[in-house]
Amino acid sequence: MREAVLRLRYRFWPDHLLGEILSKRWTETAIPVIVLLIVAVAFTRAIPGFLSPASLADTARQAAEIGFVVLGMALVIVVGGIDLSVGSIFALTDFCALFCLDVLELPVPAVVVITIAFGALLGAVNGFLIGYLRLRAFITTLITLIIYRSAYDLLLFDYSNTIAAAFPDTPLWNFMGGGDILGVPSVAVLYGIVAIFGHVFMTRLRPGWHITAIGGSRRSAYNSGIPVRATIARCYAASGALTAVGALFFAARLGTVGGDVGVGLEVTVLTAAVLGGISLGGGRGSVARALVGTLIVLLITNGLTTLSVRGGVNRMVLAGILLVAATIDIRWLKNRNRIIAKVYVSPTFHEMPRLQPVGVGSNVPFVQNDRLSGVSLIGLGRIEAPEDVILDRHDNLYAGSRHGDIIRFFPPDYEKMEVYAHIGGQPLGMAFDRSDNLYVCIGGMGLYRITPDRKVEKATDETNRSLRSVNDDSRLRLADDLDIADDGRIFFSEATVRYEMHEWPVDGLEARGNGRIVCYDPRNGTTRTVLRGLKFPNGICVERGSQSILFAETWGCCVKRYWFDGPKTGQVEMVMENLPGFPDNINLASDGNYWLAMVGMRSPALDLAWRMPGFRRRMAKRVPIDEWLFPNINTGCVLRFNSKGEVLETYWDLAGVNHPMITSMREHKGYLYLGGIQNNRIGRLKLDGADPGFVQYDRRWGKGT
Amino acid sequence: MKPLRITQQGIVFSIFVVLFAGFAVFLPGFLTTSNMLTLLQNVAVLGILGLAMAIVVIGRGIDLSLIAALAVPPGVVLQLVQDGHSLSYALLLAALLTLAFGLVNGWLIAYAEVPSLFATLASGLFLAGLGQAALFKLDVVQWSPGLEGFEGLGQGAVLGIPMPIVMFVGACIVVAIFLRRTRFGAFIYAIGDNPFAARSSGIPTRPLIVLQYVLAALIGMLAGLVLAASVNSMPTRIYNSTLIYDVILVVVLGGIGLAGGRGGVLNVVIGTLLIGTMLNAMTIMDVSYSGQNLVKGVVLLAAVIADSFLNPRNEETAQQGDI
Repeated sequence: MREAVLRLRYRFWPDHLLGEILSKRWTETAIPVIVLLIVAVAFTRAIPGFLSPASLADTARQAAEIGFVVLGMALVIVVGGIDLSVGSIFALTDFCALFCLDVLELPVPAVVVITIAFGALLGAVNGFLIGYLRLRAFITTLITLIIYRSAYDLLLFDYSNTIAAAFPDTPLWNFMGGGDILGVPSVAVLYGIVAIFGHVFMTRLRPGWHITAIGGSRRSAYNSGIPVRATIARCYAASGALTAVGALFFAARLGTVGGDVGVGLEVTVLTAAVLGGISLGGGRGSVARALVGTLIVLLITNGLTTLSVRGGVNRMVLAGILLVAATIDIRWLKNRNRIIAKVYVSPTFHEMPRLQPVGVGSNVPFVQNDRLSGVSLIGLGRIEAPEDVILDRHDNLYAGSRHGDIIRFFPPDYEKMEVYAHIGGQPLGMAFDRSDNLYVCIGGMGLYRITPDRKVEKATDETNRSLRSVNDDSRLRLADDLDIADDGRIFFSEATVRYEMHEWPVDGLEARGNGRIVCYDPRNGTTRTVLRGLKFPNGICVERGSQSILFAETWGCCVKRYWFDGPKTGQVEMVMENLPGFPDNINLASDGNYWLAMVGMRSPALDLAWRMPGFRRRMAKRVPIDEWLFPNINTGCVLRFNSKGEVLETYWDLAGVNHPMITSMREHKGYLYLGGIQNNRIGRLKLDGADPGFVQYDRRWGKGT
Repeated sequence: MKPLRITQQGIVFSIFVVLFAGFAVFLPGFLTTSNMLTLLQNVAVLGILGLAMAIVVIGRGIDLSLIAALAVPPGVVLQLVQDGHSLSYALLLAALLTLAFGLVNGWLIAYAEVPSLFATLASGLFLAGLGQAALFKLDVVQWSPGLEGFEGLGQGAVLGIPMPIVMFVGACIVVAIFLRRTRFGAFIYAIGDNPFAARSSGIPTRPLIVLQYVLAALIGMLAGLVLAASVNSMPTRIYNSTLIYDVILVVVLGGIGLAGGRGGVLNVVIGTLLIGTMLNAMTIMDVSYSGQNLVKGVVLLAAVIADSFLNPRNEETAQQGDI
């Protein structure tokens, strides 16, 4: 009963989603957004009509004006600087706009162009000083703040009366100040357009990436050839121009110049940027965060003004919210990865039938023997981690190595070896196609192809993204083994979509169906997922008739058949279940049957733990990873089975010296070649009674073609 | 032989000497004893604040809440005395308030790890708001009879030297001893130089950061008391002025890098003297307030640019997040 409830709970409750959602980059913005919601709700309850259309439009107008300045500040902070002079630039450009309009009486488009150019120029001064002369941003913009402000004050002294007396009445100017498009204030519409462009610019375009890279590490950016100085200078110029845009709308809305225009604006803007989650020091920030920060600050200040609290209380509330929000945000960013590490592993219920004994003397096909003791060793100590081995029709032996190479051994004694091809990732399963291309699954990279003239080509590294997955599962993380159908389609297994290659035992701890089988069609270059939800699918072998594949599920301890063609297309049926170990690669045997490698044997402890997901979760949370319960991979065997799933014979290495773990085997001309992902050798065993002329290539693709 | 290194403080000092000499020769009424005393008296408060800022900046922080610490606790003293409490009680309460304020600042920065720029910006805003909302009846807290004798702190004189100057010199000596002669001072330099190395070598960095902000707040309060005593009131609206920028300029211009771990009291003195000389001379020349600021800004910019040419920043050793 209890187990039934447990089974249902783990079947339908998606535990793994929490960790996957938290790993998304956008959750870094979670705290600012929550603060924004709280603030909005609180003020809506406290002030009737706070979110009425009229009030909203007014807020939007101000938000967009300040929003432009915040965007500029965000840009400068992301590049690793700060711009304290925005308030003064705001005042000067506001003056510039009104001066051009009222005193020089220029047409509005000219006013707009001149003002933005003027703002960019003022910013460019900062940019030149900080980018090219490499002054410190804080002190430099502090000085330009003072200089610009005093210049503004001096100009104001001379022209404020002229400007105050003028009443410009042009439709375009009025539209900028008070017009709207479909009820949305004109300035907010423009802000929206700029923000969308800014988002695309920062996340999708090269210059935006350069900016983030410089902010993240200026030295590394410089060393990798990014034009650091020019980029920084441009950011300050852009900040000035954006500030000018904000000031233009401000000028159009209010039409006045006063002594307090832009005073303290740098504090408001800096607050908005930091509150939105743009961290001082650079390299971290987005347009969305700038927007959220702007809205928070504006809602708070507007709300408090509407509540007509005393000036002092207003300040206290603002400061209090700022401090609390910043503190929580910083703690969240700091501990986010730790939380993810704790909740990402989400074990599930996995019930295995009773384990059958395999000990010497028990009367099962699996009974242990010592038939592998007679192996001769190839490449002992010269090769590392040959997960799969394969022979071509000229008797050459190929194996992958941990260093990202495909190693070739030459017949007849396989003493001489060479690096056949360098790929860069760990090669796993391998197969030859009809025209002697060697297809290789590379952990972490995908499916690769080595042509007969040793050219390494990428076949595929992504498949269609499934809609219901939170993690982006389009990239191939752990392509494992493959085989090629008669029509050239390549079926390969991806063991897990939730973990990287070196984390494969953790996937075993989870025991969820995280794996899938993917089909790559070289005829049109498409890659599609054909089966998903498999428990660490591993070995794959195309069956005779080329309508079905046999595949092994390592944590499922079974071998299944998948029909990809013919009358049963799409069906999956069980071939062998309740294996006493963890099945790995499957390959052809000369007598028409199949070889299967067992990478390790099951143990009652893990079987029990698999039925206790809560226990495994506690272990993952509280115990350091090197003390976790892991699947046993110290003992394994090779077995031969027929297409009905009957085990015909087994090969064990009781001494455990040469082949304690076996991940693959390949029959060739009367010998069996053995590979293991943690071995430093390849084994070669003489098979009694096997066809001495058997070559896998000839069997699959026909002799001599 | 040691190669001659031209440092920023050297440049600023030479600018100061040149300006001083120039004014002394060409500006009548500049080089008189009374004007010199006025000059020093005007910049004494700025200099004291500069010392507070220097402690924090050397430890790789910044304290934008200094003006709040300058305005609010002394305002509390005046207000309490006005309400009939004794001066010592008022001073004690104000000191406790300042202490608490410094502790909160330090906790936010050292333990909650909020960037100092942001934490002190907000906490200063909070303290100023608190004063405005709950502590003071008027924006300018007036002098009251209960403060009899206390104005000596701002208006008295020792051996003919006005009290603010004496206080500035005294503060300089105390801070200099603290920074150069005590273990805590050395630790603060270590933290400013490389906080992670300091932490790894066993220095209690967090409590020391708290200490920095507590000291800064207390020194800020002292400056506020001197200011209040000299003008016989506490204009709490000073919080809205740009005084904090002047304080930062004094510190940075004197050669205490914002990256921390460099400089000392001498740098503050040099920075204060330069600013003081310029402002004084321009006042004599009857330059408007904005004009003064403009000139001040341009001179400062020139000094910073000259420094960057003589001591270019090293891209390889520059620290990330050092703005």
